[in-house]
Amino acid sequence: MPQPILSHEFENGLVLLGEPMESVESAAFSILVPAGSVYESADRSGLATVTCEMTQRGCGKRDSRQFITDLENLGVQRGESVASAHMSFGGATLAKNLPATLRIYADLLRRPHLPDDQLDAARLAALQELRSIEDDPSHKVMLELKRRYYPDPWGRPSEGDVAAVEAITIEEIRGHFQRLFRPNGTIIGVAGQIDWAAAKDLVGELLADWKPISADEAADGERGVRTEHLAHQSNQTQIGIAYHSVPYRHPDYFRASGAVGVLSGGMSARLFTEVREKRGLCYTVFASHHTQRDRACVLCYAGTSSERAQETLDVTLGELRRISQGILPEELARLKARVKSGLIMQGESSSSRSGAIARDWYHLGHARTLAELGKLVDDLTVSAINEYLEENPPNDFTVVTLGPAPLEVPVAA
Amino acid sequence: MEFKTAKLKNGLEIVAECDDAAFSTALGFFVNTGARDETDEVSGVSHFLEHMVFKGTPSRSAEDVNREFDEMGAHYNAFTNEENTVYYAAVLPEYLPSTVRLLADLMRPSLRVEDFDTEKKVILEEIKMYDDQPPFGVDEKCRAAFFGNHPLSRSVLGTAASVGALNADQMRQYFERRYSPRNIVLVGSGRIDFSQLCETAEQCCGSWPTVEEGRPLPPAVPQAGFHVVCKDTAAQEYAIMMCSGPTASDADRYAAKILATVLGDDSGSRLYWELVDPGMAEHCSLHHHEYLNAGMFLTYMSCDPEYAAENLKRIAGIYQNAIAKGITQAELDQAKNKINSRVVLGSERPRGRLFNVGANWVQRREYRSVRNDLDAVEAITLKDVAAVQQKYPLTQPTTFVVGPLAEISSAA
Repeated sequence: MPQPILSHEFENGLVLLGEPMESVESAAFSILVPAGSVYESADRSGLATVTCEMTQRGCGKRDSRQFITDLENLGVQRGESVASAHMSFGGATLAKNLPATLRIYADLLRRPHLPDDQLDAARLAALQELRSIEDDPSHKVMLELKRRYYPDPWGRPSEGDVAAVEAITIEEIRGHFQRLFRPNGTIIGVAGQIDWAAAKDLVGELLADWKPISADEAADGERGVRTEHLAHQSNQTQIGIAYHSVPYRHPDYFRASGAVGVLSGGMSARLFTEVREKRGLCYTVFASHHTQRDRACVLCYAGTSSERAQETLDVTLGELRRISQGILPEELARLKARVKSGLIMQGESSSSRSGAIARDWYHLGHARTLAELGKLVDDLTVSAINEYLEENPPNDFTVVTLGPAPLEVPVAA
Repeated sequence: MEFKTAKLKNGLEIVAECDDAAFSTALGFFVNTGARDETDEVSGVSHFLEHMVFKGTPSRSAEDVNREFDEMGAHYNAFTNEENTVYYAAVLPEYLPSTVRLLADLMRPSLRVEDFDTEKKVILEEIKMYDDQPPFGVDEKCRAAFFGNHPLSRSVLGTAASVGALNADQMRQYFERRYSPRNIVLVGSGRIDFSQLCETAEQCCGSWPTVEEGRPLPPAVPQAGFHVVCKDTAAQEYAIMMCSGPTASDADRYAAKILATVLGDDSGSRLYWELVDPGMAEHCSLHHHEYLNAGMFLTYMSCDPEYAAENLKRIAGIYQNAIAKGITQAELDQAKNKINSRVVLGSERPRGRLFNVGANWVQRREYRSVRNDLDAVEAITLKDVAAVQQKYPLTQPTTFVVGPLAEISSAA
């Protein structure tokens, strides 16, 4: 079974976390750099995404092609993404290749070329991604929902917008890098078949002399409108609903997310049962808890043909309201079974664990073991969740729809 | 790690890769039925039936089914493709017998008319959902043009018209023919007590009646062609290209995977460097798909419509150049490194292994360990890859292009 999580904070503020896992042959890493989209100015939305793309177009002694070729020869299955707070780089490979992989990523963090002659290509890639969202209406409605629910810039889509991406200059990309790539606030999680002492020495050699920089935190701006319809030529109407919740580090988090699990976790959950199974209203319906460090919400989605969209919205809002009347013991029992088996299966995946421990540290300042998480879930009671729901009933909904015609959103929403 | 097999008297086979060190258990019923076993009248019935299987049995309502899976904390689902319908669950090892009992019960569904009518609405919603996501539908048109009259030309989802016209009796008849125990394999991976698995299967599946049902496996005779479909609501232009490739039983399928990785992997391939890296395409890839007695290479590209014609030219140029000059030793080595790592990482979880063990058995009736696959990839030479290129040239595709463009010139 998994061992305790090891951690080391370097003098420059960089945090390294490790979770050794005996049962796997792989090792995975997850690097969170505090350079996400909230640090962009409003007229340069997408700057973090283009910067992220540019960091991979050559670093240290490698040009763009050598960077990818070397990682692929090391068997690294890699990925990168930009969220509001962080730019993330992660991957998994055979355990013996982790040290060489970390050496390459240290170059990316500290010595990216950010070459002028690659900017057009990186910009085109970002523009293509923006266009593709237009062909994926379910994705689009959820981006627009988050944009309206959270105060700016915390709901801003990391993909940016066309005008801003077209205007980005190489100086702005270099500025984003110089201002924000720093050891203080950067978190590296490694998990799997790892040698902790060796990993700590290696990361120290590569990154301990990285100089910290202070950066201002983004302040909360305006929130968007609460109800909006976006016209779109399509068969289906996409429905996005958001309402208040508490973030991961809040003492009520497990009660709040437990209630969401009763709404939408497994096929016996309320939304799937009432909206899809009993009424056949849609193919996809779900609710999920979405957390940032200081704010959170519940995001719900349903997509259905336009003539049945009103009924789908009404039934979905009805279920969201009904949950404030309380959950049943058997619902909690099913939720616990599902979450706990999920935790055990997480213990079979080095990638899941390297990402989870890095995120935990960001939210909590420490990382929870699978056993600790299991205990927190075990400790949940029906009365605790119902008490939370009574005090915090789902209401004050933000509703965004996308499709051929607007829907009636009840005033009480 | 130990592979075990057994067979019930009625023909149902049980195969499992047992790993005592695993934390979890994955189980699945692999039914040898899919779109290729349908007729025009029942197009889409395999997939619709997959949904109906979760709607209950003589002893369980739909709610009971969902509740019982969730009570075990199971991670479960099902999928249908051209050749198989698979029902699977990943659970903690102590739930092995109850998971087998539940999945086995589902394999004898009630197919109640009321549930059928409700679920039909869900399927029609699923079809509408995909219809709003270009290039949906065009891959099926391309498949139909490529395979011609061959059974693999059929659509898995069916159309709104074919699903709308289906009735429950037609589904029952299809079920009786296709869900015979001789047509079903129970597959396990992870921590498995094999004798317990077999005993439970015997109790739950031993009485299923056997029906003799064959499946024609004619060779495919693909047709090359170039087609443009205008969809003015789409933002991006999409191209799908199909060419012949090795079948599921051909030894050169490993060389085909290497070729597809070198030319068209999502990252670091020739298509990547010439189309994706310069920002000309959002996505461009080449994959090899294997079927019983048929196989194909599938190229998929999405891009800003402005670059579509140029991109098609570049793809054709890359394929012509690869046939003329071959691939390099460095490319071969890089592809092997990538594939090896993917095989090992993809096999760490029992639910990853389940599909591999199951596919090997239903396609070839063979067991292949992770080591077998790694060795097969390691053995591939430049000569093997060149032979695949000669036998299955990528330069004579069936191409469908869909997006806002009304016309576009063929690159060939």
